[in-house]
Amino acid sequence: MPQTGLTQTRWGRRLVIALPYLWLALFFILPFLIVLKLSLSQTAMAQPPYLPVLDLAAGWQGLKDFIGALSFENYRFLFSDMLYVGAYLRSLSIALVSTVLLALLGLPVAYAVARAPRRWQPLLITAVILPFWTAFLIRIYAWINILQREGLLNDLLMALRIIDQPVAWLASDTAVYIGIVYSYLPFMVLPVYAALEKMDESLLEAAADLGCPRWKTFWLVTLPLALPGIFAGALLCFIPIVGEFVIPDLLGGSQSVMIGQTLWTEFFSNKDWPVASALAVMLFALLLIPIVIYQRLQTRELEGR
Amino acid sequence: MAKDGAGAAGGMTDAAARPPLVRFEAVTKRFGGVAAVNNLSLDIGAGEFFGLLGPSGCGKSTLLRMLAGFETPDEGRILLDGRDIAAMPPHLRPVNMMFQSYALFPHLTVAGNVAFGLKQEHLSRPEIERRVAEMLALVQLHDLGGRKPHQLSGGQRQRVALARALVKRPKVFLLDEPLAALDKKLRAETQFELMALQEKLGLSFIVVTHDQEEAMTMADRIGVMSQGRLAQVGTAAEIYEQPATRWVAEFIGDVNLLEGTVSEAAGEAVTVTTSAGTLRATSPGAVAPGQSVAVAIRPEKFHISAEQPAGEAGNGLAGEVTDVGYLGDMSLYKVKLDTGIVVKAASVNVTRLLQRPIGWNQRVWLTFAPDAAVVLTS
Repeated sequence: MPQTGLTQTRWGRRLVIALPYLWLALFFILPFLIVLKLSLSQTAMAQPPYLPVLDLAAGWQGLKDFIGALSFENYRFLFSDMLYVGAYLRSLSIALVSTVLLALLGLPVAYAVARAPRRWQPLLITAVILPFWTAFLIRIYAWINILQREGLLNDLLMALRIIDQPVAWLASDTAVYIGIVYSYLPFMVLPVYAALEKMDESLLEAAADLGCPRWKTFWLVTLPLALPGIFAGALLCFIPIVGEFVIPDLLGGSQSVMIGQTLWTEFFSNKDWPVASALAVMLFALLLIPIVIYQRLQTRELEGR
Repeated sequence: MAKDGAGAAGGMTDAAARPPLVRFEAVTKRFGGVAAVNNLSLDIGAGEFFGLLGPSGCGKSTLLRMLAGFETPDEGRILLDGRDIAAMPPHLRPVNMMFQSYALFPHLTVAGNVAFGLKQEHLSRPEIERRVAEMLALVQLHDLGGRKPHQLSGGQRQRVALARALVKRPKVFLLDEPLAALDKKLRAETQFELMALQEKLGLSFIVVTHDQEEAMTMADRIGVMSQGRLAQVGTAAEIYEQPATRWVAEFIGDVNLLEGTVSEAAGEAVTVTTSAGTLRATSPGAVAPGQSVAVAIRPEKFHISAEQPAGEAGNGLAGEVTDVGYLGDMSLYKVKLDTGIVVKAASVNVTRLLQRPIGWNQRVWLTFAPDAAVVLTS
């Protein structure tokens, strides 16, 4: 009896460990392999719109034919056309600039919340994540309303006599940055707040005691201690911003597209599934570097630095 | 355990001759209407090791934090070297503090922590390096300069905190419960190290503690605080042997308080009628017959004996042992007197107890000299 009990717990333990891996295999690795396979295929006027199709009925020979027909042609194509390379570079630069803006804006917000009286902090944090209560798409449409020619922003600026002609905010990079910074701000504020919140306040007193004025204490103590939070927030923002589709599509101009939009066009407009898949695989490869950095940071954080 | 009385007394005369280094003048600090420090005046001399002792919430930390500049007094003045320091922000005050949590900067190395304060003084890099190395050697951490605080033991962290504050060469060094986080053995060692350090550097140390043993071991003078006021200021021997009030007598060490009225008073020699009988005691202040007082007797002042003492030399109380606590170096007895009152007596175990002379339910006699019993009026 005890023997079976032990075996049962062992199997139970294995099952619990296997479950997340199973999940990952089913919903991440398998779809990724399908996309990878697609990216090595060729466009065809057929149903499905690509070749070769794996013919399982043909058995071993079918598999051999299938593998023999795969090629890296799509990847070569991606690098031959500056349209794609340009879209990648634009995506990276927009993500980079946005992340810097987010850090500059998120740090003071997080600092203010962390320094607020304890009993106010839960309320303030709720205020930071409150926008999530509304659908993302609706909030972006709201920004269209705010930024359009007869929108709220132009009305306000004209009422304040800062401008006398309405400015075309929409369909510009400015609008894209506004939309991105607005949408991703909580993802920056929360990790920075978490880092600042666990900071021992007597450290600030100790700095003052050792002859450090307040403004300098911020640079010498507060900021270095917030840095792990800023890093985590930066990666949490940077990675999804690179692949952002909705915000640049709704707020940005048609002359400058990000990689997400290019991908969408290839897939839905051009019906070029293989090229779209190749774009997706490249995007993933590009993001692998920051993801690995993020993982490293997390482990270091867990080990207590 | 206390420093020798002569030395402490000498320090006090020195302090009296010169203007005090730190002077609290009728200082009051309120938090939400409650006075944490209440109309408190205190002088602390240069080179003095002063202990602020009291239960938690008595205002001792608030007093220290006002001197460091983290709290501002609502009333009264604080003078440092004769200058009012009310308007001086903490980072400009020539005092340094060792925090109870140590408050070491987790992102800096040991050397970085110690150098932090010197960098604020804009000293040259070689000068900073020299003083950091010197300080680390003084606290025996010279080979740990490159470590981060989380890689250190509790005792080592305490030394870093010590070095970080002392390297600034403050006029007054403030220590907020400096040994609270250390285990008992390390605490005892560190107490003596702190005393040696203070002697070597000749600085004024003000240490806040709730541990009376710690205060009595280290401090030249002790200020016993209760509810925002100083109940008594004196050497360890003074506050132990001549407590000013019932509260001080009970807070410092163990004591038997026997309430009664003065029946006879001739100078210091006083006779008090208590519920335990008529006792002869010593009064440091003047008392009048009829005045209600308490007679304070420390447990170790009793001589406990199984036989009735022959002569009527001092005071004698008869009773029965109800409880015995064997502590190794000494034994504690609870004795129920014939009058019904229970007192505590202690005796040092000078011989190894092969046959215990005093045990449960045994009839005993407690004797003590008149000068071992102190009359308390408040």
